[in-house]
Amino acid sequence: MSTVTPNLAVKYPRTRDTGGGDPPSYGGGNGDGHGNHGASDYGDRLRRARLGLVIGLTAVIMLFVGFTSALLVRKGLPTFDQQTNTYSRDWVPINLPWILLLVNTAVLLVSSATMEFARRDITRQAALAPVKSIPGVSLGDEQRFPWLGSTVILGFGFLAGQFLVWRVLHERHTFVNSNPSSSFAYLLFATHAAHLAGGVIALVWAAATALLRRPVESRRIVIDIAAWYWHFMALLWIYIVTLLLIAR
Amino acid sequence: MATSEIVHAHAAPQGFIRKYIFSLDHKVIGIQYFFLALTAVWVGMILSLLMRIHMIWPNADLPIVGHIQPETYLSILTMHGTIMVFFVLTTAPQGGFGNYFLPIQIGAPDMAFPVLNMLSFWTTFVAFVVILAAFFVTGGAPLHGWTGYPPLSAIQSTGPGEGLGADLWITSIAIFCAASLMGALNFITTTLDLRAKGMSMFRMPLTVWSWFITAILGLLAFGVLLSAGILLLMDRNLGTSFYVPLVVVNGQIMLHKGGSPLLWQHLFWFFGHPEVYIAILPGMGVASQLLSTFSRKPIFGYKAMVYAMLAIGFLGFMVWGHHMFMSGMSPYSAFAFSILTMGIGVPSAIKTFNWLGTIWGGRVRFHSPMLFAVGFVSLFVSGGLSGPFLAQPTLDIPLHDTAFVVGHFHLIMGVAAIFGIFAATYYWVPKMFGRMMNETLGRVHFWFTLIGTYAIFMPMHYLGMAGQPRRYSQFTEVAYLQHLIPLNKFITYCAVITIAAQVVFVINLFWTIFKGPKASDNPWEATTLEWTTATPPPHDNFGGHTPVVHNGPYEYGVPGAARDYIMQNDPATSPNPAH
Amino acid sequence: MGLALLAVIWLITFVSTYFFIWHPWWLPTAASAAAAGIDRQFTFTYIVMGVVFVLAQCSLGLFVWKYRDRGSATPVSYSHGNTKMEIAWTILTAVLFVGLNLMGRPIWAAERFQPAGDGALPVEVTGMQFAWYFRYAGPDGKFGLTNPKLMDPSAGSEAAIGLDTSDPAAKDDVVTGTMVLPVNRQVDLTLRAVDVIHSFFIPNMRFKQDAVPGLAIKMHFTPTQIGDYEIACAELCGLGHYKMHGMVKVVSPEDFDKWLAAREAEKQ
Repeated sequence: MSTVTPNLAVKYPRTRDTGGGDPPSYGGGNGDGHGNHGASDYGDRLRRARLGLVIGLTAVIMLFVGFTSALLVRKGLPTFDQQTNTYSRDWVPINLPWILLLVNTAVLLVSSATMEFARRDITRQAALAPVKSIPGVSLGDEQRFPWLGSTVILGFGFLAGQFLVWRVLHERHTFVNSNPSSSFAYLLFATHAAHLAGGVIALVWAAATALLRRPVESRRIVIDIAAWYWHFMALLWIYIVTLLLIAR
Repeated sequence: MATSEIVHAHAAPQGFIRKYIFSLDHKVIGIQYFFLALTAVWVGMILSLLMRIHMIWPNADLPIVGHIQPETYLSILTMHGTIMVFFVLTTAPQGGFGNYFLPIQIGAPDMAFPVLNMLSFWTTFVAFVVILAAFFVTGGAPLHGWTGYPPLSAIQSTGPGEGLGADLWITSIAIFCAASLMGALNFITTTLDLRAKGMSMFRMPLTVWSWFITAILGLLAFGVLLSAGILLLMDRNLGTSFYVPLVVVNGQIMLHKGGSPLLWQHLFWFFGHPEVYIAILPGMGVASQLLSTFSRKPIFGYKAMVYAMLAIGFLGFMVWGHHMFMSGMSPYSAFAFSILTMGIGVPSAIKTFNWLGTIWGGRVRFHSPMLFAVGFVSLFVSGGLSGPFLAQPTLDIPLHDTAFVVGHFHLIMGVAAIFGIFAATYYWVPKMFGRMMNETLGRVHFWFTLIGTYAIFMPMHYLGMAGQPRRYSQFTEVAYLQHLIPLNKFITYCAVITIAAQVVFVINLFWTIFKGPKASDNPWEATTLEWTTATPPPHDNFGGHTPVVHNGPYEYGVPGAARDYIMQNDPATSPNPAH
Repeated sequence: MGLALLAVIWLITFVSTYFFIWHPWWLPTAASAAAAGIDRQFTFTYIVMGVVFVLAQCSLGLFVWKYRDRGSATPVSYSHGNTKMEIAWTILTAVLFVGLNLMGRPIWAAERFQPAGDGALPVEVTGMQFAWYFRYAGPDGKFGLTNPKLMDPSAGSEAAIGLDTSDPAAKDDVVTGTMVLPVNRQVDLTLRAVDVIHSFFIPNMRFKQDAVPGLAIKMHFTPTQIGDYEIACAELCGLGHYKMHGMVKVVSPEDFDKWLAAREAEKQ
C-alpha cells in the first residue's frame, strides 16, 4: 500500500490568464473565463443576474404549478358521502368581483408599461454614461419622467385593489374557508400579492440606489432585474385570473 | 430581486463578524453548513437511539427523558426523520461540500451571488431553530411522521403534538424550502456562468455535475413542497378543506369536508422522490471522484456517468406514485409508476458497473477517503437491490409500510449517503483546514461504521418480510410480532455500538482542525482544480491567478506521462483532452 | 487493507445471504388465494436480486484486493471506458428490471383491476382511532346508511360506526369487532375510515390496503385456510397505532352461517 508523502515536491506550472497566447478553449458553453472578470464587467454581471432571475422565476412557477395541480385535483376528486352512500363533488363556483379584478389587471398592465419605460430609460443612461463624463456635453434630456416612481405608486395601487377585492368578498360572506373554490381564490391572490409586494420593495430599493448615487451600471442591473420580475408578476396575474375564470 | 456586488477585486473581509458570522465567502459558508449538519446529525442520532431503546424496552424509565409514552415515541420518530432528511442529507453534501468546492473545482473566485449564499445559510439556520422549538412548546413535537399525512397532520386534536408543534414543523419546512431554492439558484447560475477558461461542461468533475443536477432537482421540487405546506397550514388554522374530508375525531365532527388526503400525498411525494435523489447524487459524485483518484485511473465511462445522473434526475420526477401503491390511488396509475420506477434502476446500475470498472485494472490506495468510497458502493448496492421488490406493486402489498422499507431507505440514505459525506470529509478536510486527519482513527471509524450499519439495517429486511409494520412504538400488542423481538434487540445493541463509534469521528475531526499535522497542497496527488491552489485556499480561491483548464478531470495513469496524474490546468497532453 | 476489505465485504455478503436462504424469519403462513402468486413472484425476485447482490459485492471485494497498489511496478490500465460494455449492461439491466415487473402484472391485475366476483361476501371494514369494526349486510344484502352525528363507540359496535337505524336497509346490518369469514369464499371488501388514514393489513392473506377518510375503497380477497389471523394497522394513525389490532377468524361455511345467524338474532 502506498503511503502519502505530505511534502510532495512536485512542481507544476501555475497557469496565468495570459489572454491571447492560450490554446482555444474546448467546447462551447461558458468555459471561456468570464468568471474571473465578473467584478468589473457589467455586461457579464447583467447577464448573470438575468440568468439568476430566470432560475429564480422557475422556482416561483413551480410553487404555482403546485397550487394549480392542487386546484384541479380538488375540483375533480369526489368524496364518499355516507349519508347517501354515493360519491359527490363539493366544488361550488364562486362569484368573483370581475369588474374590480379587471381594474386591477389594467393597473398592473399599465405599471408594466411604466416599468418597461423605466428599464429602457436606465439602459439608455448607462449606455450614455461615458459620453456624459466628457466635460461640456449635455444630451438635453435632463427632464425625465419619474417612470420608476410611477411604477411604485401603481404597485401600491394594485395592492390596495387586492385589499378591496378581499373586502368585497367578505361582504358577500365568501371567506377563505367558505368552500374550496374560495379557498383557492384567496390563496392564489394572496401568494401573488406577497410576491408582488416583494417586487415593490425591490423597486423602492432601486429608487434608493439612485438617491444613494450608486454607479449607473449597478443601478441598471437592479432596475433591469426588477423590471423583468415585474413583467413576470403581470403574466402570473393574468394566468391566475384566467385559471379562476376557467376553473371557477 | 437585487443583484449582489462581487467584490473579489477587494481585499478579504476584516472583523470577526464579517469573517466568520455573516461571511460572503463560499468557503466559510460551506463550513457553516457543514457544522450545522454535524449538529443536526447528532440530534438525529440521539433521537434514533431513544427510539431503538423504547422499541425493545417500552416501559423503561430512562435517565433525563424518563418514561417515553407512545406519543412521545412518535414525536421522536417524526423529528428524527425530518431533521435527518432536511438538515443532514440535504445540507451537508450540497450546502457544505458543494458550496465549498463547486466554485473552486470550476475555477471561479466565488459563487455567482455571495450575498444570496450567506442568506441561504442563515435561513437554513433559522429553519433549524424553528424545528427544534417544536420540542419545547405545549404538546411537544408532532407525531405524524416526516411524511406528515393528513388528516392526522391537519387536525389539531388527532394527538398530542399536533397543535403548535405541528405548525412549527410545517413552518420550519417552509423556511427550509426558501433556503434551498436560494441555494439552488446560486449553484445553477454559478455552474452555467462562472466556469474558468477551458472548463467546458464535459471537463467538469463529476462532483460538480452531481451538485449541479441536485440543484436543478431542488429548484423544481421544493416549490411544490412549499405549496403543499401552505395548504396544510391553511387546513390546520383557517378551516379550509384542501386535504380533509368529513371526519370525526375524538367524538367531534370536524368542520372540514370534501378534501382529499391523497392530494397531500401526490404533492408531497412529487417533492419527496426527487428529494431522495438530492440526498444521494452528491454522494455518487464524491464516490466517482474518489474511486478514480485512489485507483489512479480515469473514471470508467465519464459521459455515461453524466448521462446516468441526468437520467436519474429526470426520471426522478416521474416515479412519485411508487410511494402510493397502497394509498387508494388508481391501480392503473400504480402500474405505470412501477414501470418507470424499474426504469430508474437502470442508470443506477450503470453507475455501479462503472464504479467497478474504475477499480478494475487500477492501483488502489487505501486511505480513509477511499475506504468510505468503497463502502458507499457496497451500501448503495445493498440498499438499491431492495428497490426492485418495492417497485413492484404486487410485492409492495406485503412489504409496504413494514420494516423492509425502513431497511431499504436507511441503507441508501441513512448509510450510503452518509458514507458519501464521510468520504468527502476525509478527502477534503486537508484542503479546507490545511491539516491531515488521523488515518488510524479513520480506519477504526470506517470498520465500526461499515459493519455496524450493516448489522443494524440488513436484518430489517427480514423483519419486514415477516410483517413487522413501521412506526410501531412497541411490539407487545400483536402476537405475531413477539418472535421478532430478539432480532429487534440485536439491532438496538448494534445501534448503540455504531453510534458510539461516531464519537471517534468527531474526536478525529476536531483534533485535526486544531492540532493535526499540516497538509500539503495536494496530499492525494489528485487532478481537480482545488488541488492546484494553496491549502487552505486564499480568499479568492486562486491567489489572483485564474486557472486555465486544458485537461479532463480524471487523467490518472496516462501512458507516457512524467507522473501518474495530470492536473486539469497542466498543459494539454493528449489531442482529445475532454471525454 | 485490500485483503481486509475483501474479507469483510465477502463476509457481510455471505452472512446476509445465509440468513436470506435459511430465513429463520420469513413471510407468514399463506392463507389466501392470492398468496401463492405473490409468494412466487417474491421468491423469484428474491433469487434474482440475491444473485446480483452476491455477484456485485464479491466483485467489489475482489477488485479492491486484486487491483491494490503493489508498488511502482503495478500496471494501470488507462482507459476512459468501453461503450460496447455500457450498452450491453444497460440493455441487460433494463430487460431484467422491466421484465421482473411485467412478470408480476397479472397478479396485480387480478387483485386490483377486477372487482369482486358474483357470490362474494360483502363486508365493510371501518377503521378509527384505534379499532377496526366489521359490518355484514344481513339478509337484504345491502349496507344501510351511516351518520357521523350518531357515532358513539361507548354504545356498542353498531353505534361506533354511526349506523342510522332509521334506514330500513340498516336494520339487519351486523357490526362486530372481530372479522369472521367463511373459508374459500371471496370477500367483497369495502374499506372506510372515520378520522385519519389507517391501513388494513392481514399478513397471512398478503392483503394490505389503506383505509382513507372520504373514500370507500373496494377490494377483494379469498381466505383459503381455516384459522385465526391477525390484523395490524399499517399506516401511522396516532399514538395508538401500535395497538390497533384485530382478528380475522376463518371458519367453515356452516360455522359462519351459524355465527351470523346468532348475531342477527341478538339484534332482535
